[in-house]
Amino acid sequence: MKAICWEGINKVSTERVPDPSILNPRDAIVRVFLSSVCGSDLHLLGGYIPAMRAGDIIGHEFMGEIVEVGPEVKKLKKGDRVVVCSVLSCGGCEFCQREEYSLCDNSNAEPEWTEKAYGYPVAGIFGYSHALGGYAGSHAEYTRIPFAENTCFKVPDGVSNESALFTSDAFPTGYMAADFAGIEPGDTVVVWGAGGVGLMAMHSAWLLGAGRVIAIDQYPYRLEQARVRANAETLNFKEVDVLQALKDMTGGRGPDRCIDCVGMEANSTGIEKIYDYAKQYARLQNDRPAVLRQAIMACRKGGTVSIIGVYGGFVDKFPMGAAMNKGLTFRMGQQFGQRYIPKLLDIVAKGEVDPAYLLTHKLSLDMGQEGYMMFKDKTNNNMRSVFAPAG
Amino acid sequence: MANTTKTFAPPDSKGEEKNESTKHFTNVGTTGRLLSLLGGAALVYNGWNKKASVLGKSLTTVGTYLMLRGISGFCPVNKVLQIDTAHADTEGFEVTTSVTISKPRDEVYQFWRKLENLPKFMTYLEEVRQTDGKRSHWVAKVPRNVTTKEKLATIAWDAQIEQEEENSHITWRSLPGSEVENSGEVHFTDTLNSRGTVVRATLSYHPPLGIAGQLAAKLLNPAFKELVKQDVRRFKRILEAVEIPTIIGQPSGRKDEKY
Repeated sequence: MKAICWEGINKVSTERVPDPSILNPRDAIVRVFLSSVCGSDLHLLGGYIPAMRAGDIIGHEFMGEIVEVGPEVKKLKKGDRVVVCSVLSCGGCEFCQREEYSLCDNSNAEPEWTEKAYGYPVAGIFGYSHALGGYAGSHAEYTRIPFAENTCFKVPDGVSNESALFTSDAFPTGYMAADFAGIEPGDTVVVWGAGGVGLMAMHSAWLLGAGRVIAIDQYPYRLEQARVRANAETLNFKEVDVLQALKDMTGGRGPDRCIDCVGMEANSTGIEKIYDYAKQYARLQNDRPAVLRQAIMACRKGGTVSIIGVYGGFVDKFPMGAAMNKGLTFRMGQQFGQRYIPKLLDIVAKGEVDPAYLLTHKLSLDMGQEGYMMFKDKTNNNMRSVFAPAG
Repeated sequence: MANTTKTFAPPDSKGEEKNESTKHFTNVGTTGRLLSLLGGAALVYNGWNKKASVLGKSLTTVGTYLMLRGISGFCPVNKVLQIDTAHADTEGFEVTTSVTISKPRDEVYQFWRKLENLPKFMTYLEEVRQTDGKRSHWVAKVPRNVTTKEKLATIAWDAQIEQEEENSHITWRSLPGSEVENSGEVHFTDTLNSRGTVVRATLSYHPPLGIAGQLAAKLLNPAFKELVKQDVRRFKRILEAVEIPTIIGQPSGRKDEKY
């Protein structure tokens, strides 16, 4: 089959690879209909996530149809149209039982990496480096699904492939960010990053009772999506002083809930930008935490900072004093997809939110490099490049 | 958590006596004594030839000290640093590791007690067969050499369960005369919230007698520690996830391998 493989920094290539097969009793094989790039892939592409090996198949946000199931799979059958959660969970460990699926004790096939780096192993994720299990990703004609009954969700009739696709990752991730923000009725919610996850966080903030949603980004076309699709007010951090603007917009009090949908490769301005890039380039810090700093400074006293953008290692110049003295609450984590996906498929089926608009460029697997570069460089008003292996 | 004390009797009476009197006077192992004796003699010889110089005097002094260390088996430096290689030689290598499993204690205990299950999660174990209520026959394939994992040697031994208390603990030991003396114990206790089981396993083995065996065992020891930890993790995974996750055999763009 054809698959898009990571080859090195800013380089992917489409290769002929063997078809996947059932390796464990709880596995299934899915024929991929649609597989999206994701902002977190840019960290892999930039070489910021260790444990990538040339030849690794990437991609983790996808949907398709079941073509084969292992002997222990009872609830799925050949021909089922499913959306696949990007995060793998065993279902049996303490964390899965708490519905904290990305903290699964068992789904990471190579637990030694994160056990050393983070103290304990975390869940496996499709196509997201050997630190997170080394699982072959979804930018391929077929993908092997471990723990299939926990990972696949049947798409209701009447929900299109395009609408179902983003309930794999972008929507549940954005929804969890809003859920973790602890929104109370009438709250002002600020979302940093108007990409796929950020936009979904904005929709979710409204669903959870926000009184006002403000989006921050630097790309006018993305801010326009936030205004038009997610009914958000917008700030371009290249044009305004974000902290001052947020104070002015909230009567000097500050926003109640701040959501970081950017993560470790934040862009910023002026001296901060130079400092963060220089330290990251010299590998003196792994992550550029500009959004995190800004969210902490912007947030009202006693407010919440919800972090869903991916961080990998250490950050520098973290304003701990501000966070502590202002009595902030932090919630964060990789998405607990399995907790939210059924509910979100229902929301999509009812037409309350339709994430299909994120799909701006549908491409063949042969267009891997072009698709990723367009997404990375934000050219052609690209929101998401989506690969359609089946045409 | 039950308190456990372990004593390892040397495999046979030819091993050094482990009584208090010898323990005070020897703290250098056989290998160390031999090397001290040879090295010391060489230094004395060299020092004697250079006896007029400061270097010569130092060499003679150090050499004499090493020779005495070799002859007596006692090293004051070891004493200060609380190093005792004489008695480490006769004791087994022992690793203890713990894991928490989200399953009821009886289920976890029963899985381990059915010794036939052990090869499902113990990497080098090929087969365990219970021959009667207490005795069992074990077959393992172990790397013949530490650096290359390809060359596996098959070893077999018989073991017997020495103590067992249902849903609480099991201890076992290889029968005398086994090629590799080994023993194990595993304890099962409820987690504080009673939603799971804490498994505490101690596995140990005595290297074969002789200097070569001991050196090999020293090399193997860090690998053994890691192995026991991984095996216990695999035990948890079988019970909680019903399978051990793997990526071996999946596709990749690498031509030379399949995962």
